[in-house]
Amino acid sequence: MNRILLMVLQRFGLGLLTLFVVSIIIFVGVEFLPGDIAEALLGQGASPENVAALRHELGLDRPAHIRYIDWWAGVMQGDLGTSLANRRDIAELITFRLSNTLFLALTAAAVSVPLALIFGVLAALYRNSIYDRSVNVVTLGAVSAPEFLTAYVLILYFSVKLGWFPSLSNIDANTSFINKLHQVTLPAVTLMGVILAYMMRMVRASIINLLASAYIEMAHLKGMPKLRVIVKHALPNAWAPIANIIAISLAYLVVGVVVVEVVFIYPGLGQLMVDSVSNRDIPVVQACSMIFAGTYILLNLTADIVSICTNPRLLHPK
Amino acid sequence: MTAEEATPLDPQISRPRRTRLQGVFREVLKAPITAKFGILVILSYGFVAIFAPVLTPYGEREIVGPEFDVWGEQFILGTDGLGRDMLTRLLFGARNTVGIAFITTILAFVIGGLTGLFAAIYSGWFDQLASRVVDVLMAIPQLIFALMLLTIFGTSIPTLIIVIATLDATRIFRVTRAVSLNVVVLDYFEAARLRGERMFWLCIREILPNIMAPLMAEFGLRFCFVFLMIAALSFLGLGVQPPTADWGSMVRENAVLITYGDITPILPAIAIAVLTLGVNFLVDWFLHKSSGLKDGH
Repeated sequence: MNRILLMVLQRFGLGLLTLFVVSIIIFVGVEFLPGDIAEALLGQGASPENVAALRHELGLDRPAHIRYIDWWAGVMQGDLGTSLANRRDIAELITFRLSNTLFLALTAAAVSVPLALIFGVLAALYRNSIYDRSVNVVTLGAVSAPEFLTAYVLILYFSVKLGWFPSLSNIDANTSFINKLHQVTLPAVTLMGVILAYMMRMVRASIINLLASAYIEMAHLKGMPKLRVIVKHALPNAWAPIANIIAISLAYLVVGVVVVEVVFIYPGLGQLMVDSVSNRDIPVVQACSMIFAGTYILLNLTADIVSICTNPRLLHPK
Repeated sequence: MTAEEATPLDPQISRPRRTRLQGVFREVLKAPITAKFGILVILSYGFVAIFAPVLTPYGEREIVGPEFDVWGEQFILGTDGLGRDMLTRLLFGARNTVGIAFITTILAFVIGGLTGLFAAIYSGWFDQLASRVVDVLMAIPQLIFALMLLTIFGTSIPTLIIVIATLDATRIFRVTRAVSLNVVVLDYFEAARLRGERMFWLCIREILPNIMAPLMAEFGLRFCFVFLMIAALSFLGLGVQPPTADWGSMVRENAVLITYGDITPILPAIAIAVLTLGVNFLVDWFLHKSSGLKDGH
């Protein structure tokens, strides 16, 4: 058990280190900006005094490493700075949107993970059958379509032609849970299409990989039923790759959410980030990148830890 | 690519009387319907990309009719919001969108492949340094990183190509390094090294032919990834900028029509999906073939 704990701690430390390096990259990126933020904000006609005053107000006249430490100190206290575009507090701007994005991503994940496991195992069980082959073609198709295609096709049928779901999400702080769920259906289905297909393919591949091992052959020769061989013998060894696949897919959600939010004008973090990129609103982009990257690192870290903790060789040392 | 480099792709060709091209052709004839579909799609997209100006009477950026004209005789797929012919822009999109994605993928392979090979051959400080840098770069989601870099460097096609290629090179670095490491430990490679072969020779003649198959498959997958990523960025308005005809931005520009039940705006998106699907089918078949009998238990 000690060895596992040590490895988990090691990974955890590595994750923190990565997050630290990423924060430096994100921060340093701003230093490379051509031109000066203060000048860009005030426009060309600004007097040098005004520019200097704004630089002082934004803290741009201090050395970079001090600003970096200040920024971290702020982040630790929940202060992410102020938006350049509308001078609003970023933390305030982000909280509501972050909860919306998490709601969307979690809904998509909650439905697609169990489905992917079931269909993936079935495809492995009946491999090379008609079912398996059609699954292969359909999932490749789903992986190949850009998210905005899926999204617009769904909008075309379910909101324009049938009118079942709204084509634009209209969510504010007072929207009820049921209403939210109704609004989130189309965006969530779009997201599910991609990760469900990807996860199924990988689950199938990792189980089939295992089925070639000698101990599975042995179980077959003992006369064990096929499903039991997979559930009892193959799955325990497949948990590590599967956990990895799920984490990667969820991490993919982090990215996929950006495009889907823009299509449905869903008030989430991705939409905010895209808007801020077009406005070159650096502090907001910084904060969003940090949240996205942090979530991504956290998910990969979880996958690592799960695969350590479910590894039979580590759990039962000789 | 020369025919010689293609050798390891077809382990099944054993009779020397047949030339390699004939061998490849025979393999293609035996391929499943999905792979044939893939080849057909890729060839026809290539054809359209090359001959786009010949296939249509209108110019890429030429305003030829009223705004949002419906499908008809003169404008087969109607016109867009500025009165440009939809079909023309769709055809030119094959050239621009696919072209940019293709150049990006090649650049990514040059960067990632070369550093990967170097890292595998000189397994010293360079390997350590490059691997750690790649670890950090891969810890940030690509689209987010790309968005951030494009904010900093601005949106132009060369910037777009360089940013995406650099980010994508990290994946290629890992694959190339991993497969090359398997070759570097073999005796024949050791012998070549002891003979005093130069770096360039070691890479091109000793390692590359043996890692060509996984790299080819990776090229297909990476192309799909880059293609979808650029389409997504353009769709977000941060990739290829107007008035260049590009499938991602075309969807964005005409998205209003969807609310009227018109499918024209999703045609470019379908064009993207079909090409990606074609490449995926081909890679799928290729992987199945190069993995040999492993799947046949």
